[in-house]
Amino acid sequence: MSNKEVFFNPFSKSNPVIVQILGICSALAVTVKLEPAIVMGLSVIAVLAFSNVIISLIRNTIPTNIRIIVQLVIVAGLVVIVSQLLQAYAYNVNKQLSVFIGLIITNCILMGRLEAFAMANRPWPSFLDGVGNGIGYAIILIIVAFFRELLGSGTLLGFQVVPQSFYDAGYVNNGLMILPPMALIVVACIIWVHRSFNKDLQEK
Amino acid sequence: MNRQGNLYTIIYIVALVVVVGAALAFTSISLKDRQQANVEADKMAQILASVQITPEPGQVIDDYKRFITDTYCVDMQGNRIEGATAAFDVDVDAQSKEAPDKRLLPVYECTLDDGSVKYIMPMYGAGLWGPIWGYISVDADGSTIYGTYFAHQGETPGLGAEIEKPKFREQFDGKHLIKNGAFVPVAVVKHGLAPQGNEDYVDGISGGTITSKGVGAMIDNCLSPYSSFLENLQAK
Amino acid sequence: MENLNLFIRSIFVDNMIFAYFLGMCSFIAVSKNVKTAFGLGIAVTFMLTVTLPVNYLLNTYVLSPAALTWLSPDFADVDLSFLSLIVFIAVIASMTQLVEMVVEKYAPALYASLGIFLPLIAVNCAILGGSLFMQQRGFANTGTAVVAGLGWGIGWLLAITAVAAIRERIAQYSNIPAPLRGVGITFIITALMGVAFMSFLGIKI
Repeated sequence: MSNKEVFFNPFSKSNPVIVQILGICSALAVTVKLEPAIVMGLSVIAVLAFSNVIISLIRNTIPTNIRIIVQLVIVAGLVVIVSQLLQAYAYNVNKQLSVFIGLIITNCILMGRLEAFAMANRPWPSFLDGVGNGIGYAIILIIVAFFRELLGSGTLLGFQVVPQSFYDAGYVNNGLMILPPMALIVVACIIWVHRSFNKDLQEK
Repeated sequence: MNRQGNLYTIIYIVALVVVVGAALAFTSISLKDRQQANVEADKMAQILASVQITPEPGQVIDDYKRFITDTYCVDMQGNRIEGATAAFDVDVDAQSKEAPDKRLLPVYECTLDDGSVKYIMPMYGAGLWGPIWGYISVDADGSTIYGTYFAHQGETPGLGAEIEKPKFREQFDGKHLIKNGAFVPVAVVKHGLAPQGNEDYVDGISGGTITSKGVGAMIDNCLSPYSSFLENLQAK
Repeated sequence: MENLNLFIRSIFVDNMIFAYFLGMCSFIAVSKNVKTAFGLGIAVTFMLTVTLPVNYLLNTYVLSPAALTWLSPDFADVDLSFLSLIVFIAVIASMTQLVEMVVEKYAPALYASLGIFLPLIAVNCAILGGSLFMQQRGFANTGTAVVAGLGWGIGWLLAITAVAAIRERIAQYSNIPAPLRGVGITFIITALMGVAFMSFLGIKI
């Protein structure tokens, strides 16, 4: 696989969320508003890229039987650093993300990529793989958050986009979109559309 | 050295933990001041919100210093406690669980641009999912509510979380805490109902019953110890 | 009474899957048939019940601000809370390893049926999520932590078993649009069940 494929494949063909079905856990609860979703996406890109590089650098020294714990410790360390940085420089967003920043640790994308890619590849491709998968994850997060915020609150990034005249004419925000289950429905719709175009991904 | 050996494994894990631990301790220490400042600025912004002041970003600390002219703690009899913890540092969460006569009751005095003085009192209670807290400000008569601020940790969006929206908060403005010379907390009741006593009341949030009840209980629990303080203000 | 209320709420209202989507990765991957789903559910319940009180004790006596004062009053200023994530995950990972070894040695039959799930559990968000919620909500005592852990675990077990049962039927009898088959429809089922579970929201005992 060329470096280019390593980087661009996760955007659509092997997207971590909708194709590999990884990392849904921490993702959906932060997609009520666009802003936390973007910050979450960026945090995951950063953690994924750095942990991929670090693991790739030390891959030949790790004792096989404690491999998982070593990976977890490194990921946890990076996550704590990200969370400390957010508390210092993006306090309000950090408040909205609450425990979900911590849950990046158990984001299956991380362990998935570390096991499947970084343990067997050189640092540079691992870095590209990390950034690519991080972006693939962020794309889905942002699409979901875009629809949920637009339909649920009538705003985008906190700015009112649905004009007042709509409300005067009887339009109301769809309160259902704010509730957690709608995140799953939106992801299901994305999968539906995506697989209609990529027939080879369809099951059975 | 044998990579699969026990000795190698143990040395490896110890080294890893030391390195990661050191990195974390370093980050934590170097960012601590900034994080602390953020927490304080956030609290100041919340206090100011209860007197209808929304500072520009970056102006919070300056505005706080300009408007909040005095802070102190009072006891249940309404007397100022000298030498107590600074009002700003009082842990309202812990205090609200103490017996009323043992509590430190923080008061923030705010002088607005027109010279009028408002008294701000903190509150802390429980909603459906987690803690809720807020600030309530009263006029110099000790009774008329000037403004409120409510926040929550994880109430249901669109239902309980509505307590932080102006629509709910503004209902409190102008309500009275003292009726016929005695303190009565403002009640939060189901839409369309009225409480049994003669206290002032606001409508709870439909669908957010438990959170609304939590707000009512919080006001009752956290403001009742202030009753002497407020009645003294009125008598002045 | 307090604990019973918490227990019921942890199962139905605070449900790890339907309210927080925690542990979704293994949830989607393993919910194809009821038997394996039930096995994983039991393993998750067990791990939550064990790790939550352990992490609670660590949090209360080691990690939270001024928690070390029981050693010496000099430590009143020590705040180790920045280490909590890493400690929690280490406890979970080593517990998993430990349980795996114990089960393998003393209950080979159970190991044969549960074994493959155990390594998966270290990275199950529901387990770490439980500990983080415990820390965020400031549980009162160890009993609360055990009850909440058990409740969350049973809630997770309930969710995965129910969805697995539906998926088994759907695979046999329904004609789902091809692009939605498998994962897509599972998401929708989970969402609809989540909506149904919201009717438990106001429960208070």
